[in-house]
Amino acid sequence: MKKQLLALLLLAVPALALASGGSVDLKKANIDPENKESLQRGARTFVNYCMGCHSAQYQRYNRLARDIGLSEDEVIGNLMFTDSKIGDHMTIAMTSADAKNWFGAAPPDLTLVARVRGVDWLYTYLHSFYRDASRPFGVNNKIFPNVGMPNVLWRLQGVQEPVYKTVMDEDGHEHKVLESIELKQAGLQSPAEFDRTVRDLVNFLAYMGEPIKQQRMALGVKVLLFLLVFFVVAYLLKKEYWKDVH
Amino acid sequence: MGMLVSLRDWVDARFPLTKMWEEHLSKYYAPKNFNFWYFFGSLALLVLVIQIITGIFLTMNYKPDANEAFASVEYIMRDVEWGWLIRYMHSTGASAFFIVVYMHMFRGMLYGSYKGPRELIWLFGMMIYLALMAEAFFGYLLPWGQMSYWGAQVIVSLFGAIPGIGDSLSLWIRGDYVISDVTLNRFFALHVIAVPLVLVALVVMHILALHEVGSNNPDGVEIKKNKDENGIPKDGIPFHPYYTVKDIVGVVVFLMFFAFVVFFIPEGGGYFLEPPNFEPANALKTPEYIAPVWYFTPYYAMLRAITFDIGPLSSKFLGVIVMGAAVVILFFLPWLDRSPVKSIRYRGPIFKIMLALFVISFFVLGWLGTQAPTDVKTMLAQIGTAVYFAFFLLMPFYTKLDPTKPVPERVTMGSH
Repeated sequence: MKKQLLALLLLAVPALALASGGSVDLKKANIDPENKESLQRGARTFVNYCMGCHSAQYQRYNRLARDIGLSEDEVIGNLMFTDSKIGDHMTIAMTSADAKNWFGAAPPDLTLVARVRGVDWLYTYLHSFYRDASRPFGVNNKIFPNVGMPNVLWRLQGVQEPVYKTVMDEDGHEHKVLESIELKQAGLQSPAEFDRTVRDLVNFLAYMGEPIKQQRMALGVKVLLFLLVFFVVAYLLKKEYWKDVH
Repeated sequence: MGMLVSLRDWVDARFPLTKMWEEHLSKYYAPKNFNFWYFFGSLALLVLVIQIITGIFLTMNYKPDANEAFASVEYIMRDVEWGWLIRYMHSTGASAFFIVVYMHMFRGMLYGSYKGPRELIWLFGMMIYLALMAEAFFGYLLPWGQMSYWGAQVIVSLFGAIPGIGDSLSLWIRGDYVISDVTLNRFFALHVIAVPLVLVALVVMHILALHEVGSNNPDGVEIKKNKDENGIPKDGIPFHPYYTVKDIVGVVVFLMFFAFVVFFIPEGGGYFLEPPNFEPANALKTPEYIAPVWYFTPYYAMLRAITFDIGPLSSKFLGVIVMGAAVVILFFLPWLDRSPVKSIRYRGPIFKIMLALFVISFFVLGWLGTQAPTDVKTMLAQIGTAVYFAFFLLMPFYTKLDPTKPVPERVTMGSH
């Protein structure tokens, strides 16, 4: 009975793991957090294309330099365009009140966006803009309908056009539904180059979400190895003491 | 050495040091047949200590201010030396506390540890469980993320369902019309001072009551009935050193699981740290779906399972009643169980089936509480709620009907 109950408890574990699954058909980001060059390219894309509107207010420039393998001078020369100091947070000049006036909603801070949305969502999102003349910025997004931001990477990516299909609903009315999106006008980068740009950017966003992550896991291996040795000692001690208990 | 002995004697003349050591450790005789399930009491104590120590260090850098709370948590995660480790230990510790306590409570149900003469131990334990739920609820607001904010909003608004006084009660709890800086400040006070004091006091009472009566065991045999010529139970062994060295093994195994979560999956798959909580609280933006943390989800599912009004009573109020009753009914367990035997080893098939159904319903309800409701899921939650309550309400009948096996005079030893 005891074993059966234990088995029941254990059976419930995978159900818990599955229950947190994300939303539909996201493409795998396949980022490589160990790849410093990818993080550096992602940082450059971030400061050039995202930081016009989005801050990273919990991330410090000098921490960034240390973690992605750049010197502080390299960061000052290549990634800092404001009069910030190297120890400052990556803030932007635009106030959220102004932003609200201009865009309707303040662009959110992006330091933790990878922890909120997940890397696959971000990767898919950045690939999913398409032309839609009815929207204020002329674009819409397949996985974030009626998105409030322009496709800032369009010069690199080119212009994607929507492909609609017509479906009939239960009442016999016809609706146009977005089926897929196609690249119609080439950008400065080839699709493969652009894919790398997006992957690097997502890699960088994931880094910013939790800068300690790589060190955390490296330390975890050592802690577990220590506990394993400790277990052997503790187990032998217990066995020795319990010899005379029958 | 002589100096140390005379120091001890000096203290003993003024404080019951040796007496307490003997009463609670070196001459506290515990049954020798404890199994796997008996690790969770000492583990709960370990997690309490982890939470208190990491909590103290977190308060050194946390700011209980609606404008600064979220940023101060990120400051701890990024700028404080080892801050990330302290924070992850505390957030993982919260979930670990509930896992350990749920296992500990289930142990009590398996072996009838709540039955006489241990009713007070069970009652103190249940009060610890209540205090723990309050502690977790108050603590979850402090990071001031979206789920902190809206979770608290939903739970506090439940009090609003009480007829007559509901609205003023929830206003009194919040100190404001919405969850705000005022609420954050008082929840902080409750989380770091008030509830921990109660919790520690209750733990002391729980252990004192246990050591007065003596521990139950997997056979449900009273070891004090069989004593040797020195008055020592024949099936008892001194807690120290036997169970101290055994519990160290349990502690190390627990720490392996704990460290694995802290270092490799601190978000616990979105269950220990929910993704929307990495977004600062925003009173103007309601998240798509508000789910409480996993340890509350069985009760949350029961709350939502009540979808119908009865007479003048709204479904929301009835849901709150059912949710409250689901916790309160656990207090009555010692008096609902009429079986002449304690341990599941000597009980009949009816209790075993009912206990299995109870465990299944608790897991299913827990899962349903994380899901957005649909018609099928609501119906499943209603069935789960019915099974949950049937386990308790029918207990006086089925425990009496259930055939039992003869209980041995002495405890039985498996491999250890």
